[in-house]
Amino acid sequence: MDTTMIKNILGAYGPSGREDKAAETIKQYVAPYADEVYRDTMGNLIAHKRGTSGKKIMLSAHMDQIGFIVVAIDEKGFLRVARVGGVNPIIATAREVVFENGIKGVTYFENTAKHGVNEATFNELYIDIGCASREEAEKKVAIGDMAVYVTNYVELGERAACGAMDDRICCAIVAEAMKEMKSEHDVYAVFTVQEEVGCRGGSPAAYAIEPDLNISLDVTGVGDIPECSRMAVSLGCGPTVKVMDSSVIVPPVVRAFIEAAAEEDGIPYQREVLRAGGTDTGAIQRTRGGILSGCISVPTRYIHTPVETVDMKDVDNAVKLLCACLKRKELPRR
Amino acid sequence: MLRRLEELSNLIGVSGDEGRVRRYIKAELANIDGLDMKTDAMGNLIVHKAGKGPKVMVAAHMDEVGMIVIGALDNGLIAYGQRGIDSRVVVSKRVLVGDEMIEGVIGAKAIHLQTAADRKTVLGHSELFVDIGAKDKDDALKYVKPGDRIGFATKFKRLGEKRVLGKALDDRVGCAILMQLLANDYECDFYGVFTVQEEVGLRGMYAAAYSVAPDVVIVLEGTTANDMPEVKNVGFVTKMSHGLAISFMDNATIVSPDMFKALTETANTAGIKWQPRQGTTGANDQGPAQRMRAGCKTGCISVPCRYIHSPASIADIDDIMGAYALADAFLKNKKFNEVL
Repeated sequence: MDTTMIKNILGAYGPSGREDKAAETIKQYVAPYADEVYRDTMGNLIAHKRGTSGKKIMLSAHMDQIGFIVVAIDEKGFLRVARVGGVNPIIATAREVVFENGIKGVTYFENTAKHGVNEATFNELYIDIGCASREEAEKKVAIGDMAVYVTNYVELGERAACGAMDDRICCAIVAEAMKEMKSEHDVYAVFTVQEEVGCRGGSPAAYAIEPDLNISLDVTGVGDIPECSRMAVSLGCGPTVKVMDSSVIVPPVVRAFIEAAAEEDGIPYQREVLRAGGTDTGAIQRTRGGILSGCISVPTRYIHTPVETVDMKDVDNAVKLLCACLKRKELPRR
Repeated sequence: MLRRLEELSNLIGVSGDEGRVRRYIKAELANIDGLDMKTDAMGNLIVHKAGKGPKVMVAAHMDEVGMIVIGALDNGLIAYGQRGIDSRVVVSKRVLVGDEMIEGVIGAKAIHLQTAADRKTVLGHSELFVDIGAKDKDDALKYVKPGDRIGFATKFKRLGEKRVLGKALDDRVGCAILMQLLANDYECDFYGVFTVQEEVGLRGMYAAAYSVAPDVVIVLEGTTANDMPEVKNVGFVTKMSHGLAISFMDNATIVSPDMFKALTETANTAGIKWQPRQGTTGANDQGPAQRMRAGCKTGCISVPCRYIHSPASIADIDDIMGAYALADAFLKNKKFNEVL
């Protein structure tokens, strides 16, 4: 896959509820391969490629990333923030962040006389944008504005670390699959909004599309780093086929459909049971009268930090696996 | 509007038992022409004022936090369950139980019987009971039965020139404002929806938003004003008498930037005092409405209330009137078109 595309998609600004820039970036890459591209009321970006079978497949990867929202600006110009999605206050301390308008800041925490960073809470976290007063700060940033970690793409051999891998790496995978795929079905590539704050975007999109099958793409945890909780997923051993997470139990027929596609094309895969964490897969499954819904994931280390790490072999194989699913004539049925 | 707020505040309508509030609202709205009123299966009161233009829903929840009878003890005390109430605020409070409004009090050990350790311990709801003066279990069950709701017995009062005290200002202020809006004519297909069971998880709105299928939703709320002396930075969420509050984000909803802009611009143009709701905790009926069916645009206008979810909260009359004025200006100036 084109590294420039990956870097551009990873670097686009887009915390939950502020996905316009991410949508614009992704749109450039999918528009040439779609019959129509539009955004819905929630802000989901939808690229539709027509087919001939009369069946509809929805692909969903979320555009939004975790971040910070300004809730107040104090008299000395420090920005008080709340979390947008699963931001850990300790990991969020001493970081470089950026706003939609390009204003940069750094994070730190108050009460340094009382305790160390290990005990920092979100209420103590602030952003310093280099202003000496509220008036000066208000010229640059307003209450309700959101910031994200500055992304820094680090190549680690065949692996790479960067913020926003969750879930932009899957946005890139879906974009690449739109280019490479052959399918007789209607394919709706949906780049969803507001997944990180509770899987809010996927369901309204699925309501409107009414697909026969949804395949979500997201990152998942691993069990191959020192002293972590047990999970039979390792970097570089293939994309995973989700069995279950906090939001969904994938119907065995859908899992079997994805696994059969992998085996037919000789694509390595791992089975995934994610104990903590939900995905759009679940919200979409329970839209309308129920939708068959599964998920292909990219094993990712250090999720929800600025150094989310993936293996590019897994990324390439996820594209192949997705294309293998899309070319199948028979879709799973109950 | 203040007369209605007083009457609404004095009614008891704990989640799932909003009938008294609904009947009051229906009776008050009965003499307004052109309103089609129906109650859905959940108990939401859906008031339709048909018109041309987008479907605009304005919503306020009828229910209030309270308690529910789970049984009587051998000695006649009533055990209760609850949601959304801090056990520290109920001790020694007078309550009303069930449809017959049986009077009672939530008692606790008197101070001269308490040990030093007792005085440092907060009693939980499972250690607290409602005393209705019954001599034993059988006597108690003559007056109340499991499932009866328990509400606070607080009477509404004006405090000074500009403030009001009452229970359930969250969200009877919203109900009073919405009733007033329904008397006006706006160029849209207007739905005023009085929802149920907001306080136990935004439950009524799921059904109401599904059946109405609105294009735009404005939620009217009573929200927390934690403007106490020791609170600094953002802990106050809103400040009393600093104007109505406009939300940008809470635990259930991220308000779209165009809606936040439409509301703040409307307030600025009309010269209505407002403040941002400076906190992201809490949740309201915007959440289910925003994501129902294929999604819609939502916004929230709140009245800052001190001590919400307790037997007595306080709000500012100018903040209440400001919230009404903003909702009215938003609808009159068809600002909803700017988010479609």
